[in-house]
Amino acid sequence: MTSISEIEFEARGADAAQDSAARVEGRSQWQLTWRRLRSDKVAIAAIIVVLIMIGLAIAAPAFVAITHHPPDVAYPNQGENEAGLPVGPGTAGFWLGTDGTGRDLFIRILYGARISLFVGVVTTAIGTVAGVSIGLMAGYFGGVIDAVLARFTDAVLAFPYIVLALALAVVLGPSLTVIIGVISFFAWAGIARIVRGQTLSIKEKEYIEAARSLGAGPFRIMFFDILPNLLAPVLVLATLYIPQAVVFESTLSYLGLGIQPPTASWGNILADAQNFYQTSWWYVVFPALALLITTLAFNLLGDGIRDAMDPRTERVLAGRRNRKRRKRVSRPSGDFPDPVRPAQAR
Amino acid sequence: MAIVGFLIRRILTGIVVVWLVSTGAFFLFFARPVATVARELAGRAATPQVIAEVIRNLGLNQPIMVQYWHFLDGLLHGNLGYSYFTQESVDTMIKQDAPPTISVVIGGMVLWLVVGISVGIISATRARSLFDRVSNVLVLIGLSMPVFVIGELLVLYVFLPLNEHGFKWVGTGYAGITQGFGVWSGHMILPWITLAAVQAAVYTRLTRGQLLDTLGEDYIRTARAKGLSERRVIFRHGVRAALTPVVSQLGVDVGQLLGGVVVVEVVFGLGGLGQTSVQAIDTDNLPVIIGFVIIAAAFVVVANIIVDLVYSILDPRVRIT
Repeated sequence: MTSISEIEFEARGADAAQDSAARVEGRSQWQLTWRRLRSDKVAIAAIIVVLIMIGLAIAAPAFVAITHHPPDVAYPNQGENEAGLPVGPGTAGFWLGTDGTGRDLFIRILYGARISLFVGVVTTAIGTVAGVSIGLMAGYFGGVIDAVLARFTDAVLAFPYIVLALALAVVLGPSLTVIIGVISFFAWAGIARIVRGQTLSIKEKEYIEAARSLGAGPFRIMFFDILPNLLAPVLVLATLYIPQAVVFESTLSYLGLGIQPPTASWGNILADAQNFYQTSWWYVVFPALALLITTLAFNLLGDGIRDAMDPRTERVLAGRRNRKRRKRVSRPSGDFPDPVRPAQAR
Repeated sequence: MAIVGFLIRRILTGIVVVWLVSTGAFFLFFARPVATVARELAGRAATPQVIAEVIRNLGLNQPIMVQYWHFLDGLLHGNLGYSYFTQESVDTMIKQDAPPTISVVIGGMVLWLVVGISVGIISATRARSLFDRVSNVLVLIGLSMPVFVIGELLVLYVFLPLNEHGFKWVGTGYAGITQGFGVWSGHMILPWITLAAVQAAVYTRLTRGQLLDTLGEDYIRTARAKGLSERRVIFRHGVRAALTPVVSQLGVDVGQLLGGVVVVEVVFGLGGLGQTSVQAIDTDNLPVIIGFVIIAAAFVVVANIIVDLVYSILDPRVRIT
């Protein structure tokens, strides 16, 4: 069929016209962000590192197939020297050497990456969904709901959370699910506080009034009218929470209440490595590097996204920004907060 | 007068928070069968009768609400109970374990404030200079590095080599300040560095960001227009305003840390509030867990009240309500 009906032709013409109009009209915030992010070399490098880490974690079984060293199998003959100590990198087909019981360190680090990245992403996702919902409700409904939710949020933020996390891990028995639950429980509060503050100011805008006058219910307004305007700071916070969660998991595992051996986790590998520091530097250095590179990449990426989303960053650096003054007794929480959170578990 | 009302209200809500936290910890404990702690106490070859006897001695056979009532009653009389294992009073244990924790927090705080604030100020006043870029990288490493990794690396590659070469000033474990300032600081220096490495990163970032914001304000331009020296503009007008959020962050951090610098204490074997709580959690030692949680929560509450008070002094725009 070669001919196009007139109607169809017109329709296509209209589409094309719309397309070009859209192109002229301007780019969406996300397009602008992506363009700025693309020109940020550090952020791009961070994205690449994160993708490589994810790729390595996914491909862990493939590396097992290549090296023929499953993660939980010890090789007392090839994997340990005469003194029964780990062998160094490159010996007997162990790319990064072996661990304290003669297992392939490289493979164990890869399997540790699976746990770390999985825990980091899942807990951040749960924490973000919960934090956004709670923050939106507290900010939008106000009154008693706000008072209760805000106090609860503050209590969670102020709580000696490492102690509670350990207590929960003991009471419920350490397992992957419990660890994800515990870390998620502490992930939402920071996000909820920021979202609440933003919601308070957005809900006074005219377009919310307009939506209400059109008969939109509270949940429609919260999730379809307010939430899209909050996505930028939430995305930044979420990206910056992932490395926090990774560190949190490794700390719990290090203290013996996280991922239980023989399952590998960067935290429990490092805990085991303590006894071999004098003889086997690789046992300490490689897992620590994997952990540092991963968290550093996520932190750099989060910073990059924040700079790309907040066009004011440039002006801030030039020192010309005039910021609205703070009036309330509250900790400052700008649109694009620094990741100054109740820092990591200390 | 407003300040008295403010204090009364905050102290009352603080008491409620501490009560909520301790009640939470109390009931959390019973999510686990009480027999585990009794079995541990009774020894390996205990008969069921012995275990039942132990449970009865600990009062764990009573209805949970009765036990809760006893707990609240003791709490109101300032008695936090006794350790299941050593029969030691929890009040005494807290008094014993507080000095290591306080030592770590105070010394670490001085270190991280000095480093964090000064690096933050230099970075902000020379934004995008080489110094700023290098400090940004170090800050990110500090934010990305788990505390236990920093501590471990310090033990492995600083403490042990030093000790092998007969340089004995740097130690691990806790030495009280009563043994002399030199001994105390030698034992504390690595924990301080470990804690400060992470914390200084946070404070550098905060100071830098806040100071950059402040230096963009109109009154800074006014101060410059008046012909004040740059030093005076930055320190008297800029830094003073920029430090208010730093103070609030400091309050929260110190409040949290005084409840136990868990990871640092465990890595260096200091035996402070944090390490003891971890041990108590490990052994189901209920009275100790709850006592330490209450103390930790109380520190946080008090710190928050102090923060809000100091905030209103530093920033005249803030009114206490």
